[in-house]
Amino acid sequence: MSSVAQKKGFGAQVWDYLTTVDHKKIAIMYLAAGTLFFAIAGLEALFMRFQLMFPESTFVSAGTFNQLLTMHGTTMLFLAATPLLFAFMNAIVPLQIGARDVAFPFLNSLGFWLFFLGAVFLHLSFFMGGAPDAGWTSYASLSLYSPGHGIDFYVLGLQISGAGTLISGINFIVTIITMRAPGMTFMRMPLFTWTSLVSSTLILFAFPPLTVGLFLMLVDRMFGANFFDHTMGGNTIIWEHLFWIFGHPEVYILVLPAFGLFSEIIPVFARKRLFGYSSMVFATILIGFLGFMVWAHHMFTTGLGATANAIFAVATMTIAVPTGMKVFNWILTIWGGSIKVTVPMLYALGFIPSFVAGGVTGVMQAAAPLDYQLHDSYFIVAHFHYVIVGGIVTALFGAAHFYWPIMFNRALNEKLGVLTFWIFFIGFHLTFFLQHFLGLMGMPRRVFTYMGDQGWDLFNLISTIGAAMMGVGVILLVLNVLISIKSEPLNRRDYWGDGRSLEWALETPLPFYNFKQTPLVRGYDPYWIEKQEGNKEGMVYAEPVGDIHMPNNSILPLIMSIGTFIAAFGALYSPWGDQAIAGTADSVSPGLSVGLIVLGLGITVGAMIARSLKDDLGYHVHVAEIEAIEKDLAQYRATGKKGGNK
Amino acid sequence: MAHDTHFEARSQVQQEYYRKENAAKMRSQVTQFAIMILLTLVAFASAVADFAPNFVKPFVLLLAGVQVVQQLYAFMHMEDKKAYHIGVISFFMWGGALIAFTFFLCFLTIIWW
Repeated sequence: MSSVAQKKGFGAQVWDYLTTVDHKKIAIMYLAAGTLFFAIAGLEALFMRFQLMFPESTFVSAGTFNQLLTMHGTTMLFLAATPLLFAFMNAIVPLQIGARDVAFPFLNSLGFWLFFLGAVFLHLSFFMGGAPDAGWTSYASLSLYSPGHGIDFYVLGLQISGAGTLISGINFIVTIITMRAPGMTFMRMPLFTWTSLVSSTLILFAFPPLTVGLFLMLVDRMFGANFFDHTMGGNTIIWEHLFWIFGHPEVYILVLPAFGLFSEIIPVFARKRLFGYSSMVFATILIGFLGFMVWAHHMFTTGLGATANAIFAVATMTIAVPTGMKVFNWILTIWGGSIKVTVPMLYALGFIPSFVAGGVTGVMQAAAPLDYQLHDSYFIVAHFHYVIVGGIVTALFGAAHFYWPIMFNRALNEKLGVLTFWIFFIGFHLTFFLQHFLGLMGMPRRVFTYMGDQGWDLFNLISTIGAAMMGVGVILLVLNVLISIKSEPLNRRDYWGDGRSLEWALETPLPFYNFKQTPLVRGYDPYWIEKQEGNKEGMVYAEPVGDIHMPNNSILPLIMSIGTFIAAFGALYSPWGDQAIAGTADSVSPGLSVGLIVLGLGITVGAMIARSLKDDLGYHVHVAEIEAIEKDLAQYRATGKKGGNK
Repeated sequence: MAHDTHFEARSQVQQEYYRKENAAKMRSQVTQFAIMILLTLVAFASAVADFAPNFVKPFVLLLAGVQVVQQLYAFMHMEDKKAYHIGVISFFMWGGALIAFTFFLCFLTIIWW
């Protein structure tokens, strides 16, 4: 039993977080872990930019540069953007649909721990003989011949954290379909819930191909198979297809929730209903579907043939249509609104032109003949950073400011936020705008240095200065977070004053069961409707106060994840790998390798068996306890004093 | 291991209703099963009978497709229109099948050796 209004010792607090199945606490853990890996990957990017600041620089060696660029890409996409979006999905989606938790709280916790231990495993590579160095795409023709254990860390780490992502994705699909409050029909769902649903569906369909690809790579590298080895009758192109069948939807997995976050932010600060709600929903689904039909546009230059190139070029260009619908809907939501330019709104206003720029260069690359020119140049780097930083990172920063009051009952500083936005935003455009031209001038991507006097020197210098500004922006945001810890608690509902969806109807700090009574949703933007009718409680209820059924905490998800972590070391040091046999990677005896795999998977399976055999039916919070908790909370909100343990 | 044993009291009418419905369901399952065996026999026969490969290959694939639909609808109960969220389930099954089909098509057509 846990309540916000009760004091707890440090050890009890740590144990609570290790075992928690509460979606709000898992959201905080996702946020913390995602921020950590975001900082690490950002630092790697800064090292790369410092290396490229001047021609023929020797700040880092070529090998280190390859490791930096691989880890930057891999970490940013799998271990920073994904968990940060999961943080907001966990924190907000159950509140938006009027649910007390996600459908499978145990799996929610398992998803987090698998992701986290997979991420830690991948990062251990830095201390254990070198990080992966074949790019985040890890093309088989390169990665199969990479000496050392770098690629093995990539394969095993992503396999573990990918399983966690898949589990979380399934959890959100089931949550959004089955756990909506009475009256919350599909066409009344807020846009962030809709985009989370579509993005989770993409996870469900896109991660299995990655799992297959990674598994084939695993047996190729560590157990002597030859799926991708053309000298043994394999085919290296199969990896590229499997990777991009996953990799292209992955981009939409990340950007769709970001679209959803902006679709929440913009109506609140334009103080107007979202323009074209049903077309927004339709566009989201269409983007999700088309996202699966375009993967080969990453491989135009591998020789697919003119027919395949033409089909994938046209399919790619059609994605611009639903995306354009969304952009026009956002603009028309702002148009004529009574606009309040707060920090989240600043990020939204900065997002629209930046993301459109990234989209336009995307359509340019979709033209297969032009792509032969742009392929593997800095133009590509500029394009996808415009999409990812301009689309996803601005959404994450804006949403952090927007949802901080609900997640932490504190507000982030507005003035510092505005300063952070401008430094970050100017730094972002300085860094990446000129990279378009570097690409057109012929600078190839993924090079660790370049010769001077080719007309690239000045642009690279400016790019590095911009990257440093982005770094300063991130540090300011972290400072803002630290300052907010010591600020006054808000203890109120609807912090921005113009909240529209259900999450703003809740008074912070939230009790662990979110809703004392399940709300009744009477239309789109339910909190707005209640406010218009003068309802002081922010919602009408679908049921009388009754016993609430809640899940028990469990340490088993962490134990299961540690099992896979141990098994991964067994596979990593396998003596049957090509590199181990060639003597370019260290290995252990066959007995120890198999022993570690059996031990690790044994722990995981044992924990699964324990979970299956021992029925865990959760517990009921009885009406008297609910009333006591609500009384404690009311007293805490009024006086700021926490009660003791009862 | 502390499953509560669930007791359900049924009236005579209910009992007869369920009995009749179960009998009808069982009849339909057996019928479907017989059709599946028949289709399998036809598939084997067409292969054994030395028809042209250009006929046998698409024909056997077609029969396999019919059996997939039977499997989903008859034995995995997708025909039950009143099941909870059956529309969503059908959408996910067929959406996934469509997407997976494009992958097969790609692997068979544009991957070269």
